[in-house]
Amino acid sequence: MDDRDEAARAAAMRRDWEDRELRHFLERQPEARAEYRTASGLPVNRVYTPEDVRDTPFEEIGLPGRYPFTRGPYPTMYRGRLWTMRQIAGFGTGEDTNRRFRYLIGQGQTGLSVDFDMPTLMGYDSDDPHALGEVGREGVAVDTLEDLEALFDGIDLERISVSMTINPTAWILLAMYVALAEARGYDLNRLSGTVQADILKEYIAQKEWIFPIRPSLRIMRDMIVFCAERLARYNPINISGYHISEAGANSIQEVAFTMANAIAYVEEVTRSGVPVDRFAPRLAFYFVAQADFFEEVAKFRAARRVWAKLMRERFGARVPESMRLRFHCQTAAITLTKAQPMNNIVRTALQALSAVLGGAQSLHTNGLDEAFAIPSEEAMKVALRTQQIIAEETRVPNVADPLGGSYYVEALTTRIEAEVFRILRTVDELGGTIKAIEDGWFQREIADTAYDVARRKASGEHVVIGVNKHVEPAADQPIALHRIDPSVEARQIARLQAVRQGRDQATVTALLDRLEREAQDPAVNLMPVTIDLVRARASMGEIVARLRRVFGAYAERPVF
Amino acid sequence: MAHRPIRVLVAKVGLDGHDRGAKIVARCLRDAGMDVIYTGLHRTPEEVAAAAVQEDVDVLGVSVLSGAHMTLIPRIVEQLRQAQAGDILLVAGGVIPDEDVAALRAMGVADVLLQDTPPDVIVTRIRALAAARQPR
Repeated sequence: MDDRDEAARAAAMRRDWEDRELRHFLERQPEARAEYRTASGLPVNRVYTPEDVRDTPFEEIGLPGRYPFTRGPYPTMYRGRLWTMRQIAGFGTGEDTNRRFRYLIGQGQTGLSVDFDMPTLMGYDSDDPHALGEVGREGVAVDTLEDLEALFDGIDLERISVSMTINPTAWILLAMYVALAEARGYDLNRLSGTVQADILKEYIAQKEWIFPIRPSLRIMRDMIVFCAERLARYNPINISGYHISEAGANSIQEVAFTMANAIAYVEEVTRSGVPVDRFAPRLAFYFVAQADFFEEVAKFRAARRVWAKLMRERFGARVPESMRLRFHCQTAAITLTKAQPMNNIVRTALQALSAVLGGAQSLHTNGLDEAFAIPSEEAMKVALRTQQIIAEETRVPNVADPLGGSYYVEALTTRIEAEVFRILRTVDELGGTIKAIEDGWFQREIADTAYDVARRKASGEHVVIGVNKHVEPAADQPIALHRIDPSVEARQIARLQAVRQGRDQATVTALLDRLEREAQDPAVNLMPVTIDLVRARASMGEIVARLRRVFGAYAERPVF
Repeated sequence: MAHRPIRVLVAKVGLDGHDRGAKIVARCLRDAGMDVIYTGLHRTPEEVAAAAVQEDVDVLGVSVLSGAHMTLIPRIVEQLRQAQAGDILLVAGGVIPDEDVAALRAMGVADVLLQDTPPDVIVTRIRALAAARQPR
């Protein structure tokens, strides 16, 4: 699109149009706003022409499956294989969530995604005082390997990919997954799936942490290296912008901060001597689909281009798979409202469409009851049907990157890419990602943007239908909510205690001692000892408590 | 003592890490001229109640988005009572189902501010609560 003549002709035509059509029209009918901006605050023109893509030669757009991957990671995109429809689920015990999984698979879902309860996320056993009131509430409770056996009972893990939303304790869940797969006789190289494991965004945004940053990064490195050696198709990390966005960041910050974290992981692993092309092809990403439709499409395209350039130029990657960004997407929970909850179906559908137009590999659509509770079965079904309608009825998936070449989308893609690189330069100037986290820089940036959005919502400038416009008096529409089974905690604790009774305690104690020794030597990979521990039925809380003795605990300096 | 600013402790309790709302509320109240202290994340009910007493606050705002509010908030109420600080206004916020709102009010929670409550409404309601509570 570097046709200078075309841009010049467009400029001449635009000037003529401004003079002949636009000026008179504006006199009769002024525009509704003085200025128009994207949700991230980028200025938006009235209309886009070839003038706006002069900075975007066709080489920057390219073709799907080829560097710089703007148009998607694969040559045929959804023609070869649709995105994975991956509704997250998790509540109660392993058995409870297993029933929901079977229901979702029965409804046509093509991948699994597990939400864990707060104690599991934070490394406490279900009978720990910290777990009180939280067991099985926001996700499924997992203390020992027995729980994972119940969770995946009757589900063939060589045939369905499983994503696990787990972070500071991810390496233990990965160890349990491997132990379960080995016990069932699976070929580890046929397992596909992901552990989220993106610990840096926890310090920045989601705030689930256990250990200080540096030992956490070491664990992360151990997982990446272990997977590179043993699990050929498994993603050891899902580098996540979703939570950064939900915590308040705009879409430019979401991509930039996620890339800053990705850079830190790549540096950590390459520092241990593993060549970048050995592990980078298995690094996966996770972004949100927010409400600004075209900005989101451009964001996904820009993210792929940024990653391709970073990998090739900054890290010297040579194989295309290292430069090819693949991502899971979830629609934006923060946009969903308690008022007029049926509107949430529409919001989610539009966000899901932007994810598909942006080339997502995997998608979770939120339940209409998101603002009330964790989703009911019915809400999840509507959300899944939304994806199926996009996939089967709209014919949108027939063409790779159908918005490629749109003057607006291309201009926005190039602009977002430039803004992301600008932020990455700032992070470098601040001393790198880890230093910026320790200084609270990302945290402050996110809090500032969140506050700004809250002000604009309050002023009505940022419209939320049903909340600050077209408000209906009271009368929330009644919807059937998911109910927590009050017996969960007791059932879960009973199983944990039975496991402790039934295991060989001397073996567990010896392995915990070995874990403590190995943790003191940063050169040792902690995955093998952890797999031995979970196989011997050590609980997650016991493993974490022992490591806390070596690594200490993270403490945040809160900023607001 | 005549016109000391309203003192507020904004607290996150339990394992829940959702702090976007709590931080926005803290900032709005501070911008409205109140003295605001924020506990940071992952506090126990005991720690939160003790901090409220120690800081001599008028209002204790507790944010819970994990669904554990019916376990954690009653314990804060109880702790405040034991510390003879039942006059501290306890305000809850987060993702809280309607029937739990009624139950929380019944146990002495002064107000429940759900998601999407505009910042100026929060400021107004906190001011009204504090005005009804002072003279002290």
